[in-house]
Amino acid sequence: MTATGSSEGRAGVEVRLEHLTRKYATTTALDRLTLTLAPGELVALLGPSGCGKTTALRLLAGLEEADSGRVIIAGKDVTNVPANRRNIGMVFQAYSLFPHMSARQNVEFGMQLQHVGPAERRERATEVLDLVGLAAHANKFAHQLSGGQQQRVALARALAIKPKVLLLDEPLSALDAKVRARLRDEIRRVQLEVGITTLFVTHDQEEALAIADRVGVMQSGHLEQLGPPTEIYSRPATPFVAEFVGLTNRIKGEVHGGTVDVRGTRIPLVDPDVDDGPATALVRPEAVTLASNGEMEDGPLVGTVIAIAFLGAMSRVTVDLGDTIVLAQMATSAASQTPAGTKVRLTLRPDPVLIQREQPAATAP
Amino acid sequence: MNRSRRIKLQIFRITVFLVLGAFFLVPIGAMFEFSTRGNAINAPRTLEAWIQIAKTPGLTDAIVASLELAAITSILMLVLVLPTMVWVRLRLPRISRIVEFICLMPLTVPAIALVVGIKPIFIWMSNFTDSILILSFGYVILVLPYSYRSLDAGLSAIDLKTLSEAARSLGAGWGTVMWRVVVPNMPSAILNACLLSVALVLGEYTFANLMNYENLQVAIAYVGLTSAGTSIAVAVASLIFAFALLLILSFVRRPRTGFAAADPVELDLAKPLALSGAVIGRAGR
Repeated sequence: MTATGSSEGRAGVEVRLEHLTRKYATTTALDRLTLTLAPGELVALLGPSGCGKTTALRLLAGLEEADSGRVIIAGKDVTNVPANRRNIGMVFQAYSLFPHMSARQNVEFGMQLQHVGPAERRERATEVLDLVGLAAHANKFAHQLSGGQQQRVALARALAIKPKVLLLDEPLSALDAKVRARLRDEIRRVQLEVGITTLFVTHDQEEALAIADRVGVMQSGHLEQLGPPTEIYSRPATPFVAEFVGLTNRIKGEVHGGTVDVRGTRIPLVDPDVDDGPATALVRPEAVTLASNGEMEDGPLVGTVIAIAFLGAMSRVTVDLGDTIVLAQMATSAASQTPAGTKVRLTLRPDPVLIQREQPAATAP
Repeated sequence: MNRSRRIKLQIFRITVFLVLGAFFLVPIGAMFEFSTRGNAINAPRTLEAWIQIAKTPGLTDAIVASLELAAITSILMLVLVLPTMVWVRLRLPRISRIVEFICLMPLTVPAIALVVGIKPIFIWMSNFTDSILILSFGYVILVLPYSYRSLDAGLSAIDLKTLSEAARSLGAGWGTVMWRVVVPNMPSAILNACLLSVALVLGEYTFANLMNYENLQVAIAYVGLTSAGTSIAVAVASLIFAFALLLILSFVRRPRTGFAAADPVELDLAKPLALSGAVIGRAGR
C-alpha cells in the first residue's frame, strides 16, 4: 500500500475541542478543556489516572456527552453527532476485535456498514492488513493472534473506514515492553504514512514523548502544558509537569534575584520573576554529574553512592548527601567508576530550573 | 497428578455420572414401561398408548399450541430481556440490581398468585383474541428468572462495553451492535435461555388451567382421567423432545471460530437431565 493510495481522500483534518466540560456526580473529569490538533498531527495526552485524558478522547469519539463545550472536526460542529456518524477510527486499550470474526472480517465490518462493495472491501482490507504487516494472518481469529497482533488488526480495522480522525486509547498498555516499543514505532509509521490527525492517550511518558508531534500533560481535568516533547521535558511549565515527565530531584535552596542557591551552587530560574526566599529546586538527574578523586573534604554536595540502577547505555546513581537523596543519570561507563560506598562530589549543571514554594501550614480558625 | 489419584478421580466421576443418570433415567424408564403395558395382566407389550396420542381428540392441537407458545415465549423473552440487559449494563449500571430483582421476582410468586394478579389483563385482551397464544405474555414473566441468569452469564463473559463501542466507532447503530456483535458472541447463553423457556412452557400447567386454556400439560391431565397410559406416553414424549433439543443445542454450540471457548455457559451431560427434571416438576404444578 502506498502512502498516496492509503491517504487518498483522507488528508488530515483540523480537530478542535473547545471548552469541554464533563462532570460525574461531584467529580469534574474535564474542566473547560481547549485543544486544537493540526491536520495530520499526532498529539499525545499524558497524565496520571483520573486526569481526564480518556474522557477527552471519549468526548471526541462521541462515546460520551459533554456537559458543555464543542467538538469541531474539519470545521464542522459534531458535538451532538452520535459516535457511529462521526467517522472516527478508534483503537481501544482492551482487545476489541470481534471474537466471532476473522481478522479480515473485523477489518471489513466497518466498510460493510459504509456499503462498500465486496470487491473493494476485500482489496482495501488486504491493503490495511498489509500496512500493519498482518496480511498473512487475515483468516485468523482473535484467539489465534498475539496481543500485539490483535492491536495491529484493530488499527487496520480503524483505518479501513477511512476515518477523519484516529483515536488511540492506551492501545499499548496491555502489551509487554518489547512488543510495546515495536508497535509504538509501527503506529507512528502508519500514522505518518496515512497522514491522519491522531489523538493518542497514554499514562506512559516514554510512549508519549517518543511518538507525538506534541504532548499535552493533563492534571485534574485541564491541560497543564501543551508542546513538543523536547519542550515538555526540558522546559516544563509547572512543577507538576516537571515531576510527572521524567525524574526530578527536589533539593532545598534559597531564591536570590532570579536565581536559586542550591547547596552553594547558583542555578538560574525558568521564571526569574519570583520573590526571594526559601524554595525547593526541581533538578533533573541528568543535570547532576559526580566526581570521585580519592580523599575529599565534607561539603554540601559531597555524599556517598548508595545504589546504581543499570538502564543499559545509561545508569542512574543514587547519592546520599546526609539530609537528602539525589539521583544522577550518566553513561554506564562513568557510573561504573563510582560503585556503591564511594564518596563522591556532585556538580549541578546550571540549566534553568523550576522551583516549588513550601505551602503555608493551615491555621486553625 | 499421579496415576492412582487420576484413576480415583475417574472412578468418582463415573460413579457420580451413573448415580445421577439412574436418578433421572429410572423414573423415565418406569414411565415408558408403564406406557407400553397391555390392558390385562400378562398382556404383551403394546404401543397402543403411543398410537393414541395422535388419535385422542384435542391432544395434537394442545401439543402444537404448546410448541407455538414455547417458540413465541422464547422470542418475546429475547426481544424484551436481551436489549434491556445490554442497555442497563452499558448506560444504567446503577439500576442493574433493581433489574435483577425484578427479573428474579417471579421465582418468589406462586403461579396461582400470578394468575390472579394478571387475569384482569387477560380478560381485557380476550376482547381482541381468544387464542391460547396470548398465554405467552404470562409465560414471559414465568421464564424471566431463568433466562435472566443465562443471559447475564453470557453478557458477563464478553467485554460488552469495548465491543459495542468498537462497533459504534465503526459506524454501527444500536440494532447492528445487537444483531451483529452481541448476539453472535453469546450463542450458548441465548440458546440456553431459549431452551429453559421451552422446557418451562412445555411443562406449564397451572397458568393455562386457571386461565381455561388447554396446553400440553392440561391435555395430559385430561387424558390421564380416561387413559393413564396415553397421558404418560405424552409426558415421556415431551421429555424426549426436551432431550432432543438439548442434544441439538450441544452440537450447534460446538466452537467453530473460537469464541465459544471464552463463553462460560457450558452444558454438560448432567444438564439435559436437570432440565428434564424442570419439565417434570412443572408438569406437576
